[in-house]
Amino acid sequence: MASVTLKNVSKSFGAYDVIRSIDLEIEDGEFMVFVGPSGCGKSTLLRVIAGLVPVSEGDVFIGGEQVTEVPASKRGLAFVFQSYALYPHMNVSRNISFALETARLGRDEIRRRVTKVAEMLKISHLLDRRPRQLSGGQRQRVAIGRALVGEPEVFLFDEPLSNLDADLRMEMRFEIAKLHADVKTTMIYVTHDQTEAMTLADRIVILNQGRIEQVGRPRELYDRPANRFVAGFLGSPRMNFAPLDRAASSGSVLRGVGGFCHSAELAGADAPVEIGLRPEALKLVSAETKGAIRGTFERMEDLGYEYVCYVRLSETLVWTVRSTGSPLAFAEGEVVGLSWQPVSLYLFGDDGRRIDHGGALHLALGASL
Amino acid sequence: MSAAEKMQRQQNRTAWLFLLPLIIALVGVAIWPLARSIFFSFTDAFLDAPANYGFVGIDNFIAVAEDPVFWRAVKNTLFFTVISVGAETLLGLAIALLLHRAFVGRGIVRAAILVPWAMPMVVSTRIWEWMLNDQFGLVNKLLVTLGLVEKGIAWTAEPSLILHTVIFIDVWVTTPFMVLLILAGLQLIPEEIYEAAEVSGVPHWKRFWSITLPLATPAIGVAMLFRTLDALRMFDLSYVLAANNENTMTMSIYARDQLISFQDLGLGSAASTWVFMIIGLIAIVIVGVLRLDRTTG
Repeated sequence: MASVTLKNVSKSFGAYDVIRSIDLEIEDGEFMVFVGPSGCGKSTLLRVIAGLVPVSEGDVFIGGEQVTEVPASKRGLAFVFQSYALYPHMNVSRNISFALETARLGRDEIRRRVTKVAEMLKISHLLDRRPRQLSGGQRQRVAIGRALVGEPEVFLFDEPLSNLDADLRMEMRFEIAKLHADVKTTMIYVTHDQTEAMTLADRIVILNQGRIEQVGRPRELYDRPANRFVAGFLGSPRMNFAPLDRAASSGSVLRGVGGFCHSAELAGADAPVEIGLRPEALKLVSAETKGAIRGTFERMEDLGYEYVCYVRLSETLVWTVRSTGSPLAFAEGEVVGLSWQPVSLYLFGDDGRRIDHGGALHLALGASL
Repeated sequence: MSAAEKMQRQQNRTAWLFLLPLIIALVGVAIWPLARSIFFSFTDAFLDAPANYGFVGIDNFIAVAEDPVFWRAVKNTLFFTVISVGAETLLGLAIALLLHRAFVGRGIVRAAILVPWAMPMVVSTRIWEWMLNDQFGLVNKLLVTLGLVEKGIAWTAEPSLILHTVIFIDVWVTTPFMVLLILAGLQLIPEEIYEAAEVSGVPHWKRFWSITLPLATPAIGVAMLFRTLDALRMFDLSYVLAANNENTMTMSIYARDQLISFQDLGLGSAASTWVFMIIGLIAIVIVGVLRLDRTTG
C-alpha cells in the first residue's frame, strides 16, 4: 500500500497541453476518483501515474519515493483497462498468473494465489475458459483478478465499467466498493460517470481541460462546489443556471426572465453574474405565489420513483424540476411558479467561482422592469 | 406452390445467376485445362499433333517417377522452398517488428521496402544476375576491392552456388511481402494488452514470446502458406537465371521441358499432374496444421 503524490505534473502532446501543472496528494488506502468530461485529461493523468505516459514536467511520487523516471513495470501498480485487455490466447487461470511467472514465485505459491483470487471474485469455475468465452462482467472480474494477484501498492482503474450494461455496472460497482473495503489498498479510479464517482469515492478530483477544478469528498463537492463548472458537472439532471444583469445600484435582473432583483448587499464589484439552483431544490407552485418566478410548464417525465418537469423561463432558458411524490396537475403550456429555500441558492461570480452568501440571501421578486 | 416457396425459388435462381460468371471463369481457366492435362497424362500424344493419341495407362507417370532428373527437380524445389520461405519469414518478422514501432519516416520506409516486391521477377533476376556477374558484377568488384576474395566468384555459374543465389534473389524479392502480411498481423494486437503486461511487470522478452508471437502466429502462418505454395511452383527466377540447368531446375521447369522442349504432351502432362499432386498434398498438410492451431489457440 502506498500514497501517491503529484507535484506540478504537466503533459503535452506536441502543442496540445493535456495536463497543466497538477498538484495532488492521494493518501494511503484512499479511494480516489478522477472525473470529468471527455478530453479533460483524466485518463492521461492515470497513465502518467502508471508510467505508461512519461510526464512533460513535474514529479510523481509513490509511497514517498520519486518514481518519475521509473518504468511502468517497476512501479508495483496494477491497471484495469476499459477494454479489459485480457490476453486472448490464454485461459483465465493463465491470464491471472501470467505476470507471476517471472516473479520468482514457486508453482504452488502461484496456484495458491490464483485460487484465492478466483474464489474472492467468484470465477473459480471459469479458470479453464478463454476470454472470448466469457461475458462482459466475467471478463471484468478476470481483469480485476489479474490486478489483484500481483498484490500491488496501488490499483488504477480506467473506466472499468463503461463497457457493461446498466445492471451489471451497478453490481460491479458494488463489488469494487466491497473489494476496496476488503483489501484497503489505494485505488485510483477514472470515470466520466458521476454516479460511480459519487458512490465509490472517498474523495473526488474533478478535472476540466487538464486542470483540477476541485478535490473533495463527494458530499462536499455536491453541496459546496467551488465553481460553476463543478456545480454544473455533478448532479443529474444538472443544476439550473440563469445569468444576472446588473441593474441600477440596488440589484440585478435575471436576463430574459425579468422582474427579479436581489438585495444591495451583493451589488459590489464582485457581484454575482449567475445564479444556480439544483432541480430538486425547486418547487412547482401556482403562478400567483409571492416571491416565486414564473415560467411555462412544458413537459413532464415520469420515471416512476420521481418525475422531472421542464419549465421554460425565457426563450433560451429551460429549468428542470425534480421531485418525488404524486405527479402534478399542471397542463402543458400553463403558467406556473417556481420557489425555493434561500439556503439552496448558489451564486457565481464572473470568474465562475461560487460566492458564499451564508445561505440567508432572500431574493425577492420585484415589479417588472 | 406457396408464396414463400416461390420467393425461395426465385432467390435461389438469382443466387445462381450471380455465381454463373465465376463458374464459367473457373471452368474455363482452371477446371477444363486441369482436366485436359490429366486426360493427356494417360496418353502418348505429342504437342505438334495432340489429336493423334493412344491411351498408355499410367506409363507416363511411371516414366516421370523413374526419371532421376525429375527427382532432382523435386529436391531442388523443396530445398528452395524450405530455405527461402524460412529466411523470408524470419527476416519478415524482424523487419515487421521494427516497422511496427513508431518512428520518424516510417511511412517512407514502409513504401520503400515494397520496391523489390513491386518489380517483375524477370527484371529483378536480370539486375541481380548482372550485379553478381563474376567479371563485371558490382558485388564481386566490392568483394575484391575490400580484399575479401582474390578474384570474382561465379555466383550464377558455379554449380554449388547457383541454387543459393536463386534463394538469395528470391529472399530479396519476396521478404517485403512477408513484412507487410506480418505487420498487418502485428497491428491487430491491441496496444492495451502490452500495456497491461508492462504495468504488471512482465519483461520485454516474455512479452515477445508469450504475447506477440502467439498472437501473430495466424498471420505468420497464412503468409507462410502463401509463400510456400508460391515457392513450390517457382519457375521464372530459375528459368531466367539458368534455364534448364539441373542445379536449379524446379518441378515446373521439368514439366515445361517435357512439354515444350521435348514436345511430349503425354509425359509433360504426367509431370504437371505429379507437381499438382505434390503441391496439393503439401497445401493440405499446412492448412491442416494451421487449423489445428486455430482450435487450440
